[in-house]
Amino acid sequence: MMEGLSETSRPAIGHGFRLQWESVQDAHVLLYPEGMVKLNPSAAAILTRCDGLRMLADIISDLERTYSAEGLGEDVLAFVRLALERNWLELRQ
Amino acid sequence: MSIAAHGAPPGRPGPPLWLLLELTYRCPLHCVFCYNPTDMSHLGRELDTGEWLRVLREARALGAVQLGLSGGEPLVRDDLTAIVAEAHRLGFYTNLTTSGIGLTEERLAALKEAGLDHIQLSFQDSTRAMNDFLSSTRTFDVKSRVAALIRKYRYPMVLNVVIHRLNIDHVEEILAMAERLGAEYVELANTQYYGWAWLNRARLLPSREQLRRAEESTRRFRERLGSRMRIFFVVPDYFETRPKPCMKGLGRIFLAISPDGVALPCHAARMLPGLSLPSVREASIGSIWYDSPAFNYYRGEEWMKEPCRSCPQRSQDFGGCRCQAFLLTGDAANADPVCALSPHHHLVTRIVEQAASEADGEHPLIFRDHRAPRAAG
Ligand code: SF4
Ligand code: SF4
Repeated sequence: MMEGLSETSRPAIGHGFRLQWESVQDAHVLLYPEGMVKLNPSAAAILTRCDGLRMLADIISDLERTYSAEGLGEDVLAFVRLALERNWLELRQ
Repeated sequence: MSIAAHGAPPGRPGPPLWLLLELTYRCPLHCVFCYNPTDMSHLGRELDTGEWLRVLREARALGAVQLGLSGGEPLVRDDLTAIVAEAHRLGFYTNLTTSGIGLTEERLAALKEAGLDHIQLSFQDSTRAMNDFLSSTRTFDVKSRVAALIRKYRYPMVLNVVIHRLNIDHVEEILAMAERLGAEYVELANTQYYGWAWLNRARLLPSREQLRRAEESTRRFRERLGSRMRIFFVVPDYFETRPKPCMKGLGRIFLAISPDGVALPCHAARMLPGLSLPSVREASIGSIWYDSPAFNYYRGEEWMKEPCRSCPQRSQDFGGCRCQAFLLTGDAANADPVCALSPHHHLVTRIVEQAASEADGEHPLIFRDHRAPRAAG
């Protein structure tokens, strides 16, 4: 499933997972059956952009623009790979 | 449940992240290992819809986010869909635990529509139900119809089977059935010895040898099926030398509300002496969670005795299960006797040894009057 990962992939939140803002925890969390991950701000910045519509390349440039940074590609890709492994994300072609 | 307990500063408990509503004790089954209270005569009437919705709203405002709906059999409540809908609207992640009895397509479609996130099909068998499951096509058909529905509505097929001495020798057949049901996750959970199960523990605790064989069967299935069917095997903690961090510490993340509105820091907490358990009929969730003596009693480490009090493990396991400490040692503030450092640990080893001697050479009771379970084909 991960072999297909490229700049044109359109990652989406995995089936059965839900991403939401929790004001009490002052953080985004990822919810799944009987569990929860509290996300750090950079993980949240990436995952909130994974809507299944945007291509990875666009997500990366959006992040670079938003955070006035360059060369985020590698890091984002590494995180997306990890998130795919954990089924937090899935790919829509 | 895998919600990490957040490092809230001492004295300031975090929110009740995990809310469990035991919607009813009514249930079409009568399990020998049911952890529901053994004496229901003194229980008040069930909360009505409006009361449950208020519980949801108040808990959500405090930060509760995972919601378990269980019982008894939650499907006997005809307001289940309304409760799910409100929970979903509030932003809960909703998990339903059901035996599947009463789960029609119409009902499931409505639950899905209402926003139900997850279903766990529970094989809370009575020994008879398990016997039927393994030997009668008709019962199997009922379960497979429900399993197919669950898949049709795009829920992962999660099967939970409670394991004890009377069915542990049939783990092979149980797993074969699970495979035929198309289960993606199977949890073989060993009985927790509370409530009915405590009364029956002498007949329910497997021997070490039975346990070993069951783990062996599980391993073979894992090898063959890999990620197609993931199997979790939960060993009864009587066989361990370190206790489980029960509820990740009482009053830290878990809040259960029983059918009559009594709030519990763990499912079994009714048995703990001297805890005057608050009711949602008399107090808000906020005051129950933050201010009630019952929820504060086992927070922190003040209540601990030696050896826990000075043990480096105490911030990890919180001294184990209070109910187990009470049941076995008579004092809920003692170390969980499962712990090898507990001066009462011999009580646990004795129960395990007894289980071994009684189980040896014994025929599995449940199947005595029935034809032998078939090998799955
Ligand atoms: S364990 Fe569950 S299914 Fe079994 S009798 Fe108790 S409430 Fe009913
Ligand atoms: S002595 Fe108490 S705190 Fe230490 S490991 Fe045993 S139960 Fe846990």
